[in-house]
Amino acid sequence: MSFAEPLQTAAGGLDVQAVRRQFPVLDQQVNGHPLVYLDNGATAQKPEAVIEAEARCYREYYANIHRGVHALSQRSTAAFEAVRGKVQRLLNAPQEKEIIFTRGTTEGINLVAYSYLRPKLQPGDEILITAMEHHSNIVPWQILCEQTGAKLVVIPISDAGEISLDDVEDRIGPRTRFVGVVHVSNALGTINPVKEIVELAHRQDVPVLVDGAQSVPHMPVDVQDLGCDFFVFSGHKLYGPTGTGVLWGRYELLRAMPPWHGGGDMIRSVTFEKTEFADPPARFEAGTPNIAGVIALGEAVDWFLGLGPSAVAAHEADLLGYATERLRAIPGLRLIGTARERAGLISFVMDDAHPHDIGTILDGYGIAVRAGHHCAQPVMQRYGVPATARASFGVYNTRDEIDRLAEGILKVRELFGG
Amino acid sequence: MNELADLYQRVIIEHNRNPRHFHRLEPCTHHATGYNPLCGDEVRVYLRVENGHVQQAAFQGESCAIATASASLLSEVLPGLPVPRARALVAEVIRLVNEGDSGDSFPGDLGVLGAVSRFPGRNKCAELPWKALEAALDNDHEASVSTE
Ligand SMILES: Cc1ncc(COP(=O)(O)O)c(C=O)c1O
Repeated sequence: MSFAEPLQTAAGGLDVQAVRRQFPVLDQQVNGHPLVYLDNGATAQKPEAVIEAEARCYREYYANIHRGVHALSQRSTAAFEAVRGKVQRLLNAPQEKEIIFTRGTTEGINLVAYSYLRPKLQPGDEILITAMEHHSNIVPWQILCEQTGAKLVVIPISDAGEISLDDVEDRIGPRTRFVGVVHVSNALGTINPVKEIVELAHRQDVPVLVDGAQSVPHMPVDVQDLGCDFFVFSGHKLYGPTGTGVLWGRYELLRAMPPWHGGGDMIRSVTFEKTEFADPPARFEAGTPNIAGVIALGEAVDWFLGLGPSAVAAHEADLLGYATERLRAIPGLRLIGTARERAGLISFVMDDAHPHDIGTILDGYGIAVRAGHHCAQPVMQRYGVPATARASFGVYNTRDEIDRLAEGILKVRELFGG
Repeated sequence: MNELADLYQRVIIEHNRNPRHFHRLEPCTHHATGYNPLCGDEVRVYLRVENGHVQQAAFQGESCAIATASASLLSEVLPGLPVPRARALVAEVIRLVNEGDSGDSFPGDLGVLGAVSRFPGRNKCAELPWKALEAALDNDHEASVSTE
């Protein structure tokens, strides 16, 4: 297989068929039907280049990093460290040393919660989040609140699934110490006005963390333009390996933060009296990391930048528009999340069929969607549903697959009546 | 596709559409709520137990077709059973939905749940009301249980 195959059409759009050929997993039948993978919000499939990069590391030059004078260790270290620059380009981060490798979004948020925020919190302080956060951007803050007597304040969402900047402004007060906001909601698809939220928060000197788990794989992201202080995402949703992720933070904040985990690789010198910590990023990367995974994440980043985040966004906007139109036409189907600015996914419920049953029936036709609360139970409560079915798109999805989805949903209706 | 038709066979669809004993039971002697944290489903089982026998069973909640039909079937087969028999049935149903068998030895239409065993993602749904039943029998007051 050739990795050099062009992935753009002459017009500059994605050549989706060429993209699809790079994903070995897509070429299979599920329950007697060609696989339609629409669960990219949960995790994305991997292109050959990424699979090969991880395998090549193990086949050719794998060793532990930062601690060997021998050739393999030096090669592994160089390959691992080179990924920081790639991620820096992906996010347009000011400095390479601001890129910290984690296991994923969840770990990045917890790192900021424990290392940055907890030491600063006093009883009565407030942490501001939105009502559409993933559990990973709720629970760490709740735990801090419990430990320190701080309070979680929540920005409400409208029926369409939007937050209002007036509500944000109202809730940023003298006790607000931190804002955590999801860039793109994994349950609703809403793109939040992060830049404006950051401006409001910074007016009161409040730092902002952006959960970019669902934005990075679907659009160009520029942390300097957003103006935020911390930004986190997961490698596995960006066509990279599982168990990889990134925390970006402004260097002056990172430099002032104590370590979260102690261990090897994060120290300058250790005696039993006193340990001097290394500077970031090493300070926050204790222990042997996911070496081959991070190296393959670098490949995923290059591959994604090669496709062009804008071309990806345009392709997925087309799919989203088409899916919205097709699904809206199905009687008894209700879209959950109809914000003006949406990306990547479509969440829905049906009058007569529970999302779990929708998921099983679609699977019977080879169509993979997610059914459940999407780790966003407060969103489900807000809309008075126990769960939704969610089709989430990736670079390799096509309009034909949306047709298959719509046909599958019609089968659900047939079975469940209505 | 035949497997899908097996899972969503007429009995299950019909129980889902018209669940039996779908109401609170008041007064009741036992009740418990089962949660499936995977999907947020919730089934609350009510029992009236007298003289060592289940006299009445009912349920409420918000759940998928499989859990709803399972609860509805539960409410049909339970009345009249001695408590130890009801407990034994919990284990038998859990085996049925995980391992499957012809289901012939089960009372009423309960055996149809055997089809769930071919859908490993869904056995928790079928188990949910039975886990709640077990929790209810273990406690004679508020109880809750989760499938995880
Ligand atoms: C918006 C959002 N935040 C956070 C996460 C958690 O990511 P991970 O499980 O990779 O840590 C997810 C993934 O489901 C997500 O969609």
